[in-house]
Amino acid sequence: MSDLLARVSEHFGDRLIETLQGVDMPSLRLRPEALLDVVAWLVEDGFGFLTDLAGVDYLKFPKAQPSRFAVVYHLYDMASGRRVRVTCPVGDDLKVPSLTGRWQGADWLEREAWDQYGILFEGHPNLKRILNHHEFVGHPLRKDYPIRARQPLSENDALVDEMALRLRARGYVLPEVERDLLAGIRGSDHGVEAAPGAPSHGSRGGSPVAVAARPVGQGRLPEGADLHAELMFVNLGPSHPASHGTLRTFVALDGETIVAAVAEIGYLHRGFEKSTESQTYNACVPYTDRLNYCSAMLNNFAFCKAVEKALGLTITPRTKAIRVIIGELSRIIDHLVCIGTNLVDLGALTNFWYFFNVREKVYTIFDKLTGARLTNSYGRVGGLARDFYDGCGADILVVLTEIEAAVAEVETLVKRNRIFLERVQDICVVPAAMALSYGWTGPNLRATGVDYDLRKAEPYDGYETYDFETVTGTVGDTYDRIFVRFGEIGQSARIIRQALSRLPEGPVMVEAKGVSLPSKDDTYNNIEGLMNHFKLVFEGVKVPAGEVYDASEGANGELGFYIVSDGSGRPYRNRCRPPSFMSFAAFPDMIEGHMVADAIASLGSINIIAGELDR
Amino acid sequence: MTWLMESADYLAVVLRLVLSAAILLTVMPLTIYLERKGSAFIQGRPGPNRAALFGVFRMGGLAHVLADVIKLVSKEDIIPAGVNRFYFKLAPIIVAFIPLTTFMIVPIADVIRLSDTFATPMATLQLDGGLLWFFAMTSLSVYGVVFAGWASNSKFSLLGGIRSTAQLLSYEIPMALAVVAMMLTYGTVQPNEMVRAQGELLWGFLPQWGIFLQPLGFILFITCAFAEINRVPFDLAEGEAELVAGYHTEYSGMRFGLFFMAEYMALVTSGALTVTMFLGGWQLPWLPTERLVADAGTLMPWFIGGAGLLLGAASGRLIRHYQEYTRGRWGDARDFEPLVFSALFALGFIAHGAAAGWVWGVVKAGEALPGWLPPLFAAGVQISVFTAKLLFLCWCFVWVRWTLPRFRYDQVMDLGWKSLLPLSLFNLLLTGVLMLQPWGREVLPVAPVVTLGLMWVWKRYLVPSQARVPATSRLVVGEEASA
Repeated sequence: MSDLLARVSEHFGDRLIETLQGVDMPSLRLRPEALLDVVAWLVEDGFGFLTDLAGVDYLKFPKAQPSRFAVVYHLYDMASGRRVRVTCPVGDDLKVPSLTGRWQGADWLEREAWDQYGILFEGHPNLKRILNHHEFVGHPLRKDYPIRARQPLSENDALVDEMALRLRARGYVLPEVERDLLAGIRGSDHGVEAAPGAPSHGSRGGSPVAVAARPVGQGRLPEGADLHAELMFVNLGPSHPASHGTLRTFVALDGETIVAAVAEIGYLHRGFEKSTESQTYNACVPYTDRLNYCSAMLNNFAFCKAVEKALGLTITPRTKAIRVIIGELSRIIDHLVCIGTNLVDLGALTNFWYFFNVREKVYTIFDKLTGARLTNSYGRVGGLARDFYDGCGADILVVLTEIEAAVAEVETLVKRNRIFLERVQDICVVPAAMALSYGWTGPNLRATGVDYDLRKAEPYDGYETYDFETVTGTVGDTYDRIFVRFGEIGQSARIIRQALSRLPEGPVMVEAKGVSLPSKDDTYNNIEGLMNHFKLVFEGVKVPAGEVYDASEGANGELGFYIVSDGSGRPYRNRCRPPSFMSFAAFPDMIEGHMVADAIASLGSINIIAGELDR
Repeated sequence: MTWLMESADYLAVVLRLVLSAAILLTVMPLTIYLERKGSAFIQGRPGPNRAALFGVFRMGGLAHVLADVIKLVSKEDIIPAGVNRFYFKLAPIIVAFIPLTTFMIVPIADVIRLSDTFATPMATLQLDGGLLWFFAMTSLSVYGVVFAGWASNSKFSLLGGIRSTAQLLSYEIPMALAVVAMMLTYGTVQPNEMVRAQGELLWGFLPQWGIFLQPLGFILFITCAFAEINRVPFDLAEGEAELVAGYHTEYSGMRFGLFFMAEYMALVTSGALTVTMFLGGWQLPWLPTERLVADAGTLMPWFIGGAGLLLGAASGRLIRHYQEYTRGRWGDARDFEPLVFSALFALGFIAHGAAAGWVWGVVKAGEALPGWLPPLFAAGVQISVFTAKLLFLCWCFVWVRWTLPRFRYDQVMDLGWKSLLPLSLFNLLLTGVLMLQPWGREVLPVAPVVTLGLMWVWKRYLVPSQARVPATSRLVVGEEASA
C-alpha cells in the first residue's frame, strides 16, 4: 500500500470504504458524506488538478458493489506527478455533493454525469443536461437504457435560464427579457435595466492556487460598463461560419461587446461511450477515430495504450517508434488545421492553403500507410494494423521539409504583422489558475505558462529517449495559444526525425495468445489457430476485471481513457476524458468582456473539435 | 449639316456614356477574374478552370465569370419573411448604382479635338463641381448598406450594417481631406485638369504625379479607399467568420449578385479615382496629348507595331502551350482551344502590322494623315494607359486582400479617427502652406519629409509613446520554462 493510501486511511479511518493500489494509481473508495473532506485533504496534499469526473453504473457488473452508481474522480498532482482515484458510491437518493465550488471544470463534468446517469450533484448551480437534448427522457449511459432506443426531439433549448443566471450575476434584471425570449420575440427590442445598487465585477483575478473558485459567470466586464445599455441577443452557432463544428454560443451583446455568454454543446453527440460498451476492444478503435478527427491516429494509440495498460502488456520497440512517428505527424497536421482555420477567422485566408496543401501530402502518406485518409483506425490492442510500407520513412522526411517550409512561410506572414499582433495579443487571456481550475491541458494550458506535457510528465512509448522541448507561453492569450502550436510543430518534427533515424526492426504486434491474431498460416491450417482467431474476433481481447485510467498527450491535451472491465472482451465502461470538453467549458468565461471578433478568434485558438467535445 | 453638328454633341454624350459604362463593366469582371486567379496564384492552387463555353472554350477560367452571371440571374430570389420589402429591394440597387455614377467623372482620355468646332471630353460627366460629385455620390452609398442591414431583419445583417455605416462615415473624412489637399496642389476640382497638370514635369524630369507630390496624401487616400470599398483589412462589415456575410447575409440570387458586382465596381471606381489623382490618370509619362497629336506620324507605327508584337507574342505562346500541354490531352475539341485563340491573336497581329505599315507608308510618302486620326490615336493610347494603370492598381487591391488579416471594429475606428484624421488635417495644412510660397509645386515633395520629422519629434519628445509595441515573440522553449 502506497504512502498516500496509508496516510489517507490513517486520517479518515472508517469514513473510507476501502483503499486499493490499482495498476495505474492508488485508488480509494469513500462514503459519500466524506467526499468533500477527503477531496479537501487531497487538494491540501497537492492534488490540485481535477483530471476527470465520471459516473459508473454497476447494475450489470458481475462483482457486487456497494451501490449501483458511483462517481469516479481522478485527481492529479502537478508538482510531483502523482495521481489518485477517488470513487464515491452514490446512495439511493442519487445525491452527491458538488465540487463546482472547488473546480470550475467540475461544472460541465457534473452536468455530464447527471445527463448520462441521473446522478444529482447537490450544490451545483445549474444542473441540466449537456450532451443530450433537453427534451431527452432517461439517462442513456445507464445499463438499463437500451442502446438502440430512439426519441423524437424537436424544440431548441432557448438557453434563457443560463443566460439569466449569467446576466443576473452582472447586475442585470431580466424578467422582461426572459419573457420575451421565451415567447420567441427579438430580445434586441427591449432594454435591460440594471438593478439599483447592483454589484459591479472587477477584472478576473483568480488566486494563485489552482483551486480558485468563482460563482458561475463571473466574467470580466470592461471598466465603466453601462448596465443600462440595451442588449442584443445573438446565437453564434450551431451553424455559423466560425463555429468549428457544431457549437452554439449564445451571447448578449452591448454594442459589439459580449456581456454574457452561454455555450451549448451536444450537437455532435453520438454516444461514443455507450456504443463502445457493446464492442470488443479492437472494434472500439474505429470509434476513437471519430473523437478528434483531425488527428485520428493519436486517439487510436491513446485508446490502445489504455487497454494495454489494463492488460499489463508491453508493446514491441518498433510499434513504439511507429506510434511516436505517426502520432507526432498527426499532432502536426492537427496544429496545422488549428492555426490555419484560426487565421481564416482573423481574415487571413492565404495561410490556410499553405497549411492545407502540405496537410494533403501527409494524408497521402496516411492513405498509403493505412488505406484511409481521415479515419485511419491504425492502432490495434498490442500493436499496429500493419507495418510501414517500403519508403514510408523517406516520404515522411520529404513531407516534413515541406511542412517546415509552409510553417516558415506562414510565420513570415503573421509574425511581424501589426494587424495580426493587435488582434491576438492580450485577447481573451486565460491565466494559469483559471486554466487549471477548468482542467485545461495540452497546448492551451501550456500557453498559460504551465509546463505540463504528458510526453514529459509521464513518458510513454519511449518519449523519454527523444530530445525535444516543451513550448510554453507566458500570458495565456490568443497569441500564445497560436504560437505554442507553431513551436510544437517544430518540436514534433524533431522527434520524428530522431525516431526515423533509429527506427528499430522487428514485429509491430506483440506475440501474445490472447491479444494478437494468429498468423494466417496458423488460422487456415491449424484448428487451434482457427479457434483462437474466432474467439479473438468474436469475444475480443479479455481484459482482467478492474479499472484503469491511462492518458496520452493528444493534440489538444490530455486524452485519457478510464476503462472499467468486468473481465470480458468488451469494456464495461469506457470513459473518454476529452481535452476539448474542458477547454470549451471555459469559453463563456473567456470571451465575456471581449468583442465578437475576439471571441471568434479565441474560439479558433483553443481548437475545439466537436467530435471529441460531444463524443 | 447644322443639325448634324448639333446632334453630334448629343451623340458624343451617348457615346461617352456607353464608353465609360463599358469600361467599368468590362474591367469589373476582369477584376473578379483577377481576384480569383490572383488569389489562386498567391495560395498555390490552380484556381477556377472548369467552366467552358460550349464545352470547349475555358479561356483560362474567364468562362467562370460568365457562368456566375448565369447562375446568379437564374437562381431563385428569396425574400425572407419579416423583411421590409421596399428597403430590402432598394438597397442593392443603391449599392450598385453609386459606383456607376461615380465612375462617370473619371476622364479616361484627354479632350478629343476632332476639328476646330468639335471637341468632346472623355469623361461622361464634365461637371464644374468635378470631384465634389465624387464626395456627394460616395456618401450616398452608405444608405444602401444601412437599408440592407436594417431591412433584412437579421441580427448579423444589422451588426454588419452598423459596422459598415460607422466605417464608411469615419473614413470619408480623411479621404475627403486628402482629396482637398490634391485640389490645393493642382488648383482645380476638375479631374481632367488635374490629370493634365500631372503631365508637367517636376524638376524637369519627373512627371508631377500625385504620388510624387503628395505621397502622404496617396497613402491616406488609398487606405481610406480600402475602407470605403470594404476590402481586407477593412472588410469587417462582411467579415464572414464573424457576421456570416454582414449586411447582405439574407440576400440571394441576383440581389446578392448586385452586391457582389457593386463590390467590384466600387473597387474599379476607387482604383480609377486613385489613378486619376495620384498616378497621372491617362497620362503617358513624358508624352503629353499635344505631342501625341503632333507627332502622330512618327509615333503611330511604333505604338501600333508594338501592340501588334505583343499580340504576336501571345499568339506564339499559345501555340507553345498547345504543343506542351493540350495536344492530345482530352482527345476532343478542347485540345485545340489554344490554337483558336492563337489564331485570333495572330489576326490582331496582322491587322496591327498592316495599320502600322500603312501609317508608315503614308508618312514616308510625305503625305498628311487624315485630320481625325491623330486625336483618335492619342485617345486610344491614353485609354490603354489608363486601363493598364487601373488593372495594375486592381491587382494591388487583390494582393493586399490575400495577404493581410482583418482589423477589429474598434481598431478600425481608432485608426480612422486617431491616426488618419489628424494626419490628413496636417497634410492639408502643410500643403496649403507650401503652395503659398513662390516655387509652388516644385517644393511639395518636402512635405512627407517634414511630416515624418515632426512625427518622429512628436513620438520621441512630445508624447513619449504609451502605445504598446506588440512583442513579436514571447514563447519559452524547453529548459527556460521550468526555470
